[in-house]
Amino acid sequence: MAEYSKHMVHVPTYNILRKQDMDKPPVLDVRNLGIDFGGLTAVDSFNITIGPTEISGLIGPNGAGKTTIFNLLTSVYQPTRGSILLKGIDTKGMTTAKVNRMGIARTFQNIRLFGAMTAKENVKVGMHKDIKCSFISSLLRLPPYFKAEKAADKKAMELLEFMGLADVADVKAGSLPYGVQRRLEIARALATNPAILLLDEPAAGMNPSETAELTDTIRRIRDHFQIAIFLIEHDMNLVMNVCEAIAVVNYGKIIAKGTPEQIKSNPAVIEAYLGKQEDASNAEN
Amino acid sequence: MKKLWNNKDTRRNLFTYALVIIAFVVVQIMLGGGMLGYAAKGFLVPVCVYISLAVSLNLLVGVCGELSLGHAGFMGIGAFSGIVMSVVLQNLIPNDVLRLIASMIFGGILAGAFGFLIGIPALRLRGDYLAIVTLAFGEILKNVFSNLYVGTDANGVQFSFSASGVSLAEGGKMILDGPVGATGITKLATFPMGFVLILFTLFVVLNLINSKEGRAIKAIRDNRIAAESVGINVTAFRMKAFVVSAFLAGMAGALFGLNYSSLTASKFNFNTSINILVFVVLGGMGNIMGSVISATVLYILPEALRELEDYRMILYAVVLIVVMLCTWSPKIKGAIAAWKASITEKLSLNKKKGVGNNG
Amino acid sequence: MQLIQYLINGISIGSVYAIIALGYTMVYGIAKMLNFAHGDIIMVGAYVSFCITSYLGLPAVASIVVAMAVCMLLGIFIEGLAYRPLRGTPSLTVLITAIGVSYFLQNAAQLIWGTAPKNFTSVVTMEPLHLFDGQLVITGEVILTVIVSAAVMIGLTLFTSKCKMGKAMRAVSEDRDAAQLMGINVNLTISTTFAIGSALAAVAGVLLCSTVPTLQPTTGSMPGIRAFTAAVIGGIGSIPGAMLGGIVLGVIETFSKKYISTDFSDAIVFAVLILILLVKPAGLLGKQTQEKV
Repeated sequence: MAEYSKHMVHVPTYNILRKQDMDKPPVLDVRNLGIDFGGLTAVDSFNITIGPTEISGLIGPNGAGKTTIFNLLTSVYQPTRGSILLKGIDTKGMTTAKVNRMGIARTFQNIRLFGAMTAKENVKVGMHKDIKCSFISSLLRLPPYFKAEKAADKKAMELLEFMGLADVADVKAGSLPYGVQRRLEIARALATNPAILLLDEPAAGMNPSETAELTDTIRRIRDHFQIAIFLIEHDMNLVMNVCEAIAVVNYGKIIAKGTPEQIKSNPAVIEAYLGKQEDASNAEN
Repeated sequence: MKKLWNNKDTRRNLFTYALVIIAFVVVQIMLGGGMLGYAAKGFLVPVCVYISLAVSLNLLVGVCGELSLGHAGFMGIGAFSGIVMSVVLQNLIPNDVLRLIASMIFGGILAGAFGFLIGIPALRLRGDYLAIVTLAFGEILKNVFSNLYVGTDANGVQFSFSASGVSLAEGGKMILDGPVGATGITKLATFPMGFVLILFTLFVVLNLINSKEGRAIKAIRDNRIAAESVGINVTAFRMKAFVVSAFLAGMAGALFGLNYSSLTASKFNFNTSINILVFVVLGGMGNIMGSVISATVLYILPEALRELEDYRMILYAVVLIVVMLCTWSPKIKGAIAAWKASITEKLSLNKKKGVGNNG
Repeated sequence: MQLIQYLINGISIGSVYAIIALGYTMVYGIAKMLNFAHGDIIMVGAYVSFCITSYLGLPAVASIVVAMAVCMLLGIFIEGLAYRPLRGTPSLTVLITAIGVSYFLQNAAQLIWGTAPKNFTSVVTMEPLHLFDGQLVITGEVILTVIVSAAVMIGLTLFTSKCKMGKAMRAVSEDRDAAQLMGINVNLTISTTFAIGSALAAVAGVLLCSTVPTLQPTTGSMPGIRAFTAAVIGGIGSIPGAMLGGIVLGVIETFSKKYISTDFSDAIVFAVLILILLVKPAGLLGKQTQEKV
């Protein structure tokens, strides 16, 4: 604790833990994470601890390194320094697929669906590891195949319904409207049975009413699946509304951490977003 | 059953099987009635082989989204190993049909094994680079075949890369003779076996596509990064598609090899790989029934155009280019659609006029 | 001394590959397509040059100029008619169309000139140089080929870095849409690339047939594939890479024929390609790009 507490400006996250997460090991414990691209340090000394059912946010100006942090958490990049403990296990050297099977699922800033497949198929791809049916059974169409497919169809429809997508189950993902695609990406991520869900700008491109609905959906996901959610978002309304803890990064480093109220009044955050105080007041004049 | 029928994919698959079965029955009737000439009979087996090759390549190119320019190499492995196996098994399995099946399975397994070995380095690459490496492997295989000497005698089978390396006891027989290729092959291939091969290939490929493995493979094609993010082991599934495709190509190759009395390695060159790819692309990527139809039509087309002699290949080239332009070019597609619309409009106008006159 | 002789022969054939590979590389860099008809342009170039010298009796230089002009027009024509309408469609569709064009050129050549090989008269009249008491023979073809390929590479490098059109080419190959937004005429740029690539193919055809004097409709296909391999070894899209790849390939081919096995030279060349791609997935001088997440 001590060796990285110096990076924690203000309140350490455990002070804002939900009651039910108290005395439970964190689902994600990131210590001193850093990555260099060539000579450039994109992320440095990034620390965060996320409780098993906590909704936390990651905010910061454009180019601060937020998506890079998600890419590190999901092993798209291997970190130069530091460690990521997922449910207490170091994910160092694991592939993206392995990390997902361990319990991290994510969505993408620029939506990445399987465009030529239907919404239901997209979800069923997410359920891949839970469909118990051998290669031979599939090839020869043995009874286990039909049993497994039936169970998968049922679960996929449940998930689609949960995300309000039941009526587009048989529509090709590529031809769905933007907002629906975002929801389908979340459904697909949930299909992998994650312990923590990473959402990369889930409200991007949404109108205010869709964003309000999303706020509600995020809470429903947490309450229904009892999982942690970690999201990157520029829509401050959404972040302040839904997150219990917020980390602010700039130039790849955490500059503040705390509850929404603490973040709102944090001078370092205001400076990062609006420039130096006097500049901001000048601009207002 | 009704539920099955309601599924679009299942319906389409059943239709594909039905098409193949009907075609087989029709050809059998024509054969029985003596309606097919000597030349037409000659390409019944090759058509079956090329249909199977197109379907197996479609698994790789259309479903998995990996461009392969070396499919003929796997076909060649199947052909030569099938020929060797059919000679080796001559005394062990006297029944021709069983020996053919055993040779085809052996050819398939060997091709699949090579597919695995080649896949280890090749599948580290993507896109055009993978295409180039498959091209390279195809050329290497062709080069190796044309320098492979295999003979058999009372002591067993001998392999060598030089003519002098195989020294046979009395009564021994050369099976593969380097650049001369395989000669004196007992022709075991039959049209019904070709039909069975198509059904088997369709069965494997269609069942694979509509399973969780197939979904994973399609997911990798559509978006590799997203597939990884939902726990799909990309390398393992690309490998599965690669090996299954090679296995099926090997089986088809064995049938092909056992359809001729002699065979040289040059048959399995880059052009053959390309031809199979043309079948796949024109039939529609990922469209299995399309592959069956286009392989049949495009294999028969140059044969049917034989009367045109020198002009037939140039015509084939023109057809190929025009079809590609008409099916893919956004501008030409738009023009065709507009033309169609104007025709229907005219037709409906005429109809209205007709109605007016009558009134 | 023998070693040096083979090295020189290897560099010579490698230089021909390099000139073809330069065309491949430029077209791939800008149109992002594997132009399998490129090899057949070589053949057309060689036939045109053959006709000019043999039937019209004009000097070799004139034949090269005419061959370049014919191939240039042919390249522009093919691009405009067969490739341009398919721009923006999956790369495989353009590949198949290119194969159609390749079949067309080969069979058209067969119709016009027949299948029987023509005996190509070398365009070089220089006497071979005999060095070290005849231990080392350098033919005029070798000297010409090496000089021409070096000149072409330097010329192209200068063109892409100094000329306005060359810069436009680099911009289009980097990002076609952005280039268009910056007011670059993308169609004109791509046409120019095909014109240059095809003119180079004509030069390569003449040089190739001066070294290996049999000319037939399939003459271009194998050197085409070889040169393509060379372009990939060097890093497809890179001009110095194409040159390096061509020479590396030529030297490996000659050496493996002399020192390892004539029968397996094809296999060795392609095995080297695979090895290089495994160590450097983007080729020797290519730059590695990673998909952004």
